[in-house]
Amino acid sequence: MRKITHRLAALALLLGAAAGPAMAAGDAPAPIDKSWPHEGMFGTYDRAALQRGFQVYQSVCQGCHGLDYIAFRNLEALGYDAEEVKAIAAQYTVVDGPDDQGEMFERPGRPSDRKPAPYPNDAAAAAANGGKAPPDLSLITKARVSGEDYVYSLLVGYEEAPAGFEVSEGGYYNKYFPGHVIAMPPPLYPEGVTYDDGTTASVEQMAADVTQFLAWAAEPKLEARKQTGLKVMLFLIVAAGLLYAYKRRIWSRIH
Amino acid sequence: MASDAPAPVLKSGVLRWIDDRLPIVSWGYKEFVAYPAPKNLNYFWNFGSLAGICLLLQIMTGIVLAMHYTPHTSMAFESVEHIMRDVNFGWLLRYAHANGASMFFIVVYIHIFRGLYYGSYKAPRELLWMLGVVILLLMMATAFMGYVLPWGQMSFWGATVITNLFSAIPLVGESIVTWLWGGFAVDNPTLNRFFSLHYLMPFVIVAVVFLHILALHQFGSNNPVGIEVSKKDKIPFHPYYTVKDLFGLMVFLLVFGGFVFYAPNMLGHPDNYIPADPLVTPPHIVPEWYFLPFYAILRSITFDIFWIIPAKLGGVLAMFGAIAVLFVLPWLDTSKVRSARFRPVYKWLFWLLVIDSFILGYVGSQPPEGLLPTIGLIATIYYFAHFLVILPLLGKLERPLPLPESIGSPVLRGGMTAQAAE
Repeated sequence: MRKITHRLAALALLLGAAAGPAMAAGDAPAPIDKSWPHEGMFGTYDRAALQRGFQVYQSVCQGCHGLDYIAFRNLEALGYDAEEVKAIAAQYTVVDGPDDQGEMFERPGRPSDRKPAPYPNDAAAAAANGGKAPPDLSLITKARVSGEDYVYSLLVGYEEAPAGFEVSEGGYYNKYFPGHVIAMPPPLYPEGVTYDDGTTASVEQMAADVTQFLAWAAEPKLEARKQTGLKVMLFLIVAAGLLYAYKRRIWSRIH
Repeated sequence: MASDAPAPVLKSGVLRWIDDRLPIVSWGYKEFVAYPAPKNLNYFWNFGSLAGICLLLQIMTGIVLAMHYTPHTSMAFESVEHIMRDVNFGWLLRYAHANGASMFFIVVYIHIFRGLYYGSYKAPRELLWMLGVVILLLMMATAFMGYVLPWGQMSFWGATVITNLFSAIPLVGESIVTWLWGGFAVDNPTLNRFFSLHYLMPFVIVAVVFLHILALHQFGSNNPVGIEVSKKDKIPFHPYYTVKDLFGLMVFLLVFGGFVFYAPNMLGHPDNYIPADPLVTPPHIVPEWYFLPFYAILRSITFDIFWIIPAKLGGVLAMFGAIAVLFVLPWLDTSKVRSARFRPVYKWLFWLLVIDSFILGYVGSQPPEGLLPTIGLIATIYYFAHFLVILPLLGKLERPLPLPESIGSPVLRGGMTAQAAE
């Protein structure tokens, strides 16, 4: 197995070298072109994948990466009911206040709270992570070229550095990261998460699930957008057809 | 104004009473209902009214967006996400506004190239054309400042690069940049004033659009044949062009909707979903697509001109010069024939200019490496040569085809089928 991965890596590297001049932005190969259930005109999010992805986020990502723009109430979109959302929110501790003594106090989270950030501020985040704060993930799939494909590729792209490649102190080799040296340690290991729905947690499975969850976090109104779009486009097609016929009729007086 | 348009017959006594004292009804009727237009206008003439509709859509979506947006460096990015997530149909407003800017530029660029092809800028429509160039400049300023408002990485760094251009002005450049910024870097005062101006400029554009229409209706629309049109070859704007424009509007909205509903971020840059960070420079700072040809012209001057104009100033001058040549185009083109249909050589040169613009756009989108800077320089030189050398000479050298006597009888003399477009 290892041998095959190595050969594949060598092949990819060779292809990468051949395609080198075409890739101006860096030396990383093009991300894996994966198909997503929310792609296309009629694409919708896969609720089960979103819930699994949220589980991966909770058990793997949230220690370092914030999700600043997501409130617990938003999680109802993943298919949880109001009670479940309440229970999820209550797992988190939120700093509130000041109370009538002027003191800040801690209390369990409520659905209206946003997800608490992992660090009190950017400086603390940077100090805890070798000098650079881990990026917030609320918009990550929209903030990278190739979006979901890139995030997925990055998560499955950890491998041993090719011979002769110097990986700097505190860095890890990742095939798809620009420059190949990433500060984030490989986050996913087989069975690293025990899925509530019994799905086998392979690295690919977890990467795909958490990517879909992050795609939802970045574009929560995707389904409403596509459904509205369908109605608008159908209306416009009919209106265009009728107006074209009407236009021809009116202009027949001239021709 | 189009004085040959008939006045309306008002049935309502109230309307008549108002119109006697404030002739706004008969003015609207004359200019937008009875306005006599040539009967041979093809679909390229839809883009004028489309541009007007784009402007109105931008103002309408923009005013509502401004109700939910916060122009502060620490809150702007978050307030945009608030619009996307918590405001009812906020996603639709924002995507319609962001893509609407791109659509506005597509429409206006087609409108401009239509004017170039059919010689709509020639006498007596010089001021009409020049007002159009003013609108283009105002649009560019508005779009640039609007792109800064979300305060993403590309907003911040785009603003830094573009405002820094003014530092190329000799002696006072640095002071002007500080004045523009309201400080010593792009920061909160910059964001505040850009928001203020971004809200103001569209209404200035509306005013210039009215002047543009006023100038248009003085002599009436040009037409694909490019000759003067007699009264019998004109038809009232309503119903003929209202229905044609409405049909065109539906087709345009289908394209617009395709972007808004199915590819809302295709024309944007992913970096603008990263909050602005003055300490991290993006690897490639690129402007929005509609500025790319001008960006290529700016970057093509990498050498000092005649030892006295430094490269940076040269680039800035070239970029503004690219618009300035359009301003004086009516006097650069020496040919008396308007429509390219009767100009066998110009017809081809027009398409060369179109291709040249696309090449410039491509060069502007890429990092300046390898052969690209050279290609950009050649394309820039050709752009200016087209207007400054070729057009003045061509008018003297080219032998135009014989012009028809009227748009109704083009086949009789010229052998050209001017009605092919209909």
